[in-house]
Amino acid sequence: MLQFSLVILLAADAAGLAAWEKIHSVLTSPRCINCHTATNYPQQGDDRHRHFANVIRGKQDKGVIALSCATCHQAKNADSTGLPGAHNWQLAPLSMKWQDLNDRPLPSAEICRSVKSHLDGPHLVKHHEEEALVLWAWNPGRRPDGTMRTLPPLTHAEFVEATRQWVKAGRPCP
Amino acid sequence: MGEGGEAMSMTTYDLQVNGRRKSVTVDPSTPLLWVLREDLKMTGTKYGCGIGACGACTVHLGGVATRSCVVPIALVGGRSITTIEGMGRDPVGRVVQDAWVEKDVVQCGYCQSGQIMSVVALLKSNRKPTDTNIEESLGGNLCRCGTYVRIREAVKRAAEKLA
Repeated sequence: MLQFSLVILLAADAAGLAAWEKIHSVLTSPRCINCHTATNYPQQGDDRHRHFANVIRGKQDKGVIALSCATCHQAKNADSTGLPGAHNWQLAPLSMKWQDLNDRPLPSAEICRSVKSHLDGPHLVKHHEEEALVLWAWNPGRRPDGTMRTLPPLTHAEFVEATRQWVKAGRPCP
Repeated sequence: MGEGGEAMSMTTYDLQVNGRRKSVTVDPSTPLLWVLREDLKMTGTKYGCGIGACGACTVHLGGVATRSCVVPIALVGGRSITTIEGMGRDPVGRVVQDAWVEKDVVQCGYCQSGQIMSVVALLKSNRKPTDTNIEESLGGNLCRCGTYVRIREAVKRAAEKLA
């Protein structure tokens, strides 16, 4: 009986870890991780280069006076000029950094623990389902050259479902 | 093309520019900069790079320093627009312009309206900016003549006058 329970627990853990890896693949895609930096600047592009124009984080993660995120980024994408936009455009706080100081993604386990420490299960599902900046990742608009920005590796529905599965499995981390 | 990539027709927008109502009929995808310069003939706001990187086109949109070259008119909404032409009637803007003259900041002058718009935004929020504040807030306003030292002096002079 004990062995049977252990098998069930291990299977649930494996399913949860598999769900986490799906989530992780999205979190570390450029549309997400470019604003979850560990430095005082955001990144841009699929090559995740430093944001141009000397943009910096600022005390509230929204840039500084006269050079804030809102200096360019509006509440919606501006496809005619190639500027991405969404409500309350800003960097994630440093406490939610998913990179190291050399702009390399943190190990999956570290990001997992960070996510767990910031939001409980229900709030994480809601965040992934409804937050404007999360939704933007699947509607990132056009680049200045008119081509579409790339999307995360999962659909938004798949991402939310993976989040639900991970939460249901007890939010296991690698 | 419109903001969703679809073909859009000309649309009429009622704008509040420097405290005055203006009406324009333009393609919704037209950047605010070109509405100001071409439709309203307010040429004080300059075109520099067209990608929000140089700051020459800076205006205040709802009080926020904004790069007008990258903001389509369709996204302006009901926010007030303030340009360099409105700075002479703005208490902080007037002081900044006076400091600019006093310190003889300008060389070619092309970037200066954008510089002043950013400085006014800075001083309205921070009356005692440090060198770091000035460098960070004006980091996106480029001056090919290299007048940065005089700009910093003028910002500090304006801050003294506003104290």
